[in-house]
Amino acid sequence: MALDRELVGRSYPPSAVYEVGRAKIAEFATAVGADDPVHRDADAARAAGHPDVIAPPTFAIVVSLEAAFVVLDDPEVGLDYSRVVHGEQRFTHHRPIRAGDRLVATTTIDAARTVAGNDMLTTRVDLATEEGEAVCTATSMLVARA
Amino acid sequence: MTAVRPTDVAVGTELPELVVRITRADLVRYAGASGDFNPIHWNERVATSVGLPGVIAHGMFTMALAARAVTGWTGDTAALVEYNVRFGRPVLVPDDDEGAELTVRGKVGALLEDGRARVDLVVTSDGEKVLSLARATVRLA
Repeated sequence: MALDRELVGRSYPPSAVYEVGRAKIAEFATAVGADDPVHRDADAARAAGHPDVIAPPTFAIVVSLEAAFVVLDDPEVGLDYSRVVHGEQRFTHHRPIRAGDRLVATTTIDAARTVAGNDMLTTRVDLATEEGEAVCTATSMLVARA
Repeated sequence: MTAVRPTDVAVGTELPELVVRITRADLVRYAGASGDFNPIHWNERVATSVGLPGVIAHGMFTMALAARAVTGWTGDTAALVEYNVRFGRPVLVPDDDEGAELTVRGKVGALLEDGRARVDLVVTSDGEKVLSLARATVRLA
């Protein structure tokens, strides 16, 4: 099914708040082998100028992937998830994600096109604090193979 | 961690090579930490049933490991402000104690405004590029 170009620009209501915990950051850092003390030691993080421990660069996917499911669940998008592979990923960090952040994710469809029968959908997830401070923009290109 | 000095950075400056081994246990740990429990990353039966040669690493895990070549070089995780990859071929992780080997090489591709630099990464496993594009923008000063 060809993706409808009218979908481009569609935005979804903000997600529930995701509260970033120190233990989750440490768990993620261990899983990816990020051994910088700023991920585990609040004093080291403060010495480096951060209010609390900070997350490794790709931690945002923990929040953004879940948020992007709102697009896959949209019946008007009609992407066949069983055929979906992750084509591209981009993170733009406005500042590091840190423990104590209460993040809200807003998902928007940035691009939708069909090339040689492959549906290519680009979703942008803007992560911001409850107060509206921009933290990270995570952009994913998903491909549903023909 | 020793930080790279901006004055030492020019177009073509090479990052220290990073070699990482990925075992099935690492994939299970990443699945738990990330919340991505797609069985193709831990279950041979499911992976082969969808046409894969075997269990493959999460693309996002490969992306996370490759970032370490950059953060290890700058010495400052927060200096990585932009990071994008295009997933090429999957990293096959055999069911043994050796697992797969991932090699990350990088060099400075451009010096940008505001004391930033673009780093171009080449990420390979078993001699093949697994990310067809991998670029990071770092703040040097």
